[in-house]
Amino acid sequence: MTHQDHIDTPAGRDVRAPRERAAAQPETVPPAEFRSYYGRPVLKQPVWKVPDVPVYLFSGGMAGASAVLAELAAATGRPALARVARLGAAGGALAGVGLLIHDLGRPARFLNMLRMVKFTSPLSVGTWILSPFSALTTAAAASEITGVAPVLGRAAGLGAAALGGPMTTYTAVLITDTAVPAWHEAYREMPVVFGASAVSAAGGLGLLGLGVLGADVAENAPAARLGAAGAAVELAAGTAMERRLGDIGEKYRTGPAGRWLRAARVLSATGAVGAIAGRRHRGVAAASGVALLAGSLATRFGIFFAGRASAADPRDTVVPQRARVSRSGPGSP
Amino acid sequence: MSFTLDQRLAGPLADPAAEAGYDEHPPRMGFFTDTSVCIGCKACEVACKEWNLVPEDGLDLTGMSYDNTGELGASTWRHVAFVEQTTPRRDAVDLGMPSVPQGAVEDDREVRWLMSSDVCKHCTHAACLDVCPTGSLFRTEFGTVVVQEDICNGCGYCVPACPYGVIDIRPGDGRAWKCTLCYDRTSAGQEPACAKACPTDSIQYGELDELRERAAQRVDALHEAGTSQARLYGHDPADGVGGDGAFFLLLDDPEVYGLPPDPVVTTRDLPAMWTRAAAVAAGVVATVAAAFLGGRP
Repeated sequence: MTHQDHIDTPAGRDVRAPRERAAAQPETVPPAEFRSYYGRPVLKQPVWKVPDVPVYLFSGGMAGASAVLAELAAATGRPALARVARLGAAGGALAGVGLLIHDLGRPARFLNMLRMVKFTSPLSVGTWILSPFSALTTAAAASEITGVAPVLGRAAGLGAAALGGPMTTYTAVLITDTAVPAWHEAYREMPVVFGASAVSAAGGLGLLGLGVLGADVAENAPAARLGAAGAAVELAAGTAMERRLGDIGEKYRTGPAGRWLRAARVLSATGAVGAIAGRRHRGVAAASGVALLAGSLATRFGIFFAGRASAADPRDTVVPQRARVSRSGPGSP
Repeated sequence: MSFTLDQRLAGPLADPAAEAGYDEHPPRMGFFTDTSVCIGCKACEVACKEWNLVPEDGLDLTGMSYDNTGELGASTWRHVAFVEQTTPRRDAVDLGMPSVPQGAVEDDREVRWLMSSDVCKHCTHAACLDVCPTGSLFRTEFGTVVVQEDICNGCGYCVPACPYGVIDIRPGDGRAWKCTLCYDRTSAGQEPACAKACPTDSIQYGELDELRERAAQRVDALHEAGTSQARLYGHDPADGVGGDGAFFLLLDDPEVYGLPPDPVVTTRDLPAMWTRAAAVAAGVVATVAAAFLGGRP
C-alpha cells in the first residue's frame, strides 16, 4: 500500500479492508458514508472461546427449561419424561460449568467468581444462578438414577426448577450488556430469542430421550408442544430482532453468523413440524428432537458470531453514534 | 453521601470515588491530552512500557501510516495514532520555498498530519468495572479504574464491555490488562510515566477539574487563532459515560482517530435488561406449564 491509498478525498473514501470491500460489493447496497481510523475496529472483539461459550449458551438454556419441564412431568405422572429432563438439566448444567471454567484465561482462579455478588455484572449474577442450579440438578439427577433419597431429590429438583427460568434468559443479558452493537442494540428481543430457544431445546431433548428410551409416546405431548412453540417464537423473535436493528442487523445475515442462522431456521422449522405432525411415531419424534436441539445450538452460534463481526466492523460503532450526535445538533463533539 | 441507581449507572456523577465508597479521598486525577501539540514521538508509549514492565507485543509494520503500534491493548497502554489526510488548502502566502512533491494531491488541497496519544479513558461510569464479576477491576481513591492482576481470572467480560476498545486479554497470560494511570506513581505524588516523558506537554496530568478549565481555555485560544476544527472529546460530564477521566483536544472528528463519536456505558440499560429477562423467564415457566394443560391425550 502507498500513502496515497489513505489520503482523504473531498467525497470521502471507502475505508473498509480490501477483502471486505470485494466481498460486500456484489449483493449489498452501498453502505452509509462514515469515517474511521484506517478502517480499524473501534471495539475489541469478544475473547470468549468457540465452541465453549456458544455451546454454553445452548446447554445452559436447555438445562434451565428442562429443569422446569422435569418437575411438571413428575407432578403430572410422566416418569419417563421427568427422568429424561432431569438428566438433561444436570448434564447441561455440568457441561456449562466445565465449559465456562475452560473458557477462563486463568481456569485455576474460577472460584474468584464467588468473591462477590454484583448486580451490575450479569456474569456475577449468572454465577450465582448457575452454581446452585448445577448443584441442585445434579442432586436431583443422582437421586433419579440411584433411587436414593427420593424426597431430597424431589426437593432439589423443585429448587432447580425455580432457577430454571432465570437460567434461560440471564445469558441474553450477559451478551447484550456489552458495547457490541449487534448485541447491545438487540437487548429488547434477545431474552425472548434465548428463552424460546431454550424451550425448543428442552422440548427437543424430551422427544429425543423418550424416543431413545422407547417410552410410551403418550408421554411426549408436552415435549412436542414445547419444541414447536419454542421454535416458532425463536424464529419470529429472531426475525423481528434483525429487522429492528436496521443496518446493524446485517451482521445476523452475513458471514458465519448468517450461515449458522440459516441452518438454525431450517432445523428449528423442520423440528417443529415433525414434533407436531409425527410425535406419535417414535423415530420421527426422536429425529424432530434432534432437529430442535441442533436448531437451538445453531441459533446460539449464529448470534455469537454476529457479535464478533459487529465488534470488528467500525461501521456498526461509528455510523449510529455519528447519527445520534448529528441529531443532537451542532456543537456536540 | 448517597446515590440513586440511575446516578450510579449513567449520567453526570460529580464524585465517582465517593460513589465507590471512599469517605475521604484526594481529588479526582486525570489526563488532558492536547493533540494539537503532539509531535508523534511516541515517548509516552516507551515510557509506559518501561515503567509498567509491559511486555513487547509485536514489532510488525502496519503499512498504513507511521503508526506501527495500531491500537491500545493488553500490552499497549498508550497508543499514538497517526493520521495523514488532505484538507482544503487554507489561504497561505506562497513564500516561494521548495516544496515536497505531493503526488496526486490537487493544487487546492494540502496534506496535514494528525497525531494523538490515546489511553484508557478512566470513565466516570466504567463498563469494564461494572461488568467485572470478580472485583478485580476497581475504582481507586483518585477516581481512576485499575485491574488487580492477582484477582483477575481472565473471564474476558470487560473486553467487549469497553465502548472504546481499550482493555484486552494478554495472550499467554490470560488476564486482562490496561492503563492504571500509573497508580503506583500517583499514590506517591508522582505524575504518570507518559506525562512525565511527553516533551511537548501534550499529555497533561492533574486534578480533573483544573484540567477541564485549562482545556476550555486552550480550545478558546485555538479558535481565536483560526483553528476552528479544535474540539474537546470526553470532557463533558453529561456524555454517555459521565465524562472521561482522560479526555482530549482533537482537530477532527473522533472516529478519524479511532475513537467512538458518542460512546455510552452499556450498563445504562442494565435495569431494563434485567426487567425484560425476568419477565421472559417467568414467561418461559408459564409456557412450560401451559404445555401440560389438557392432561394426557
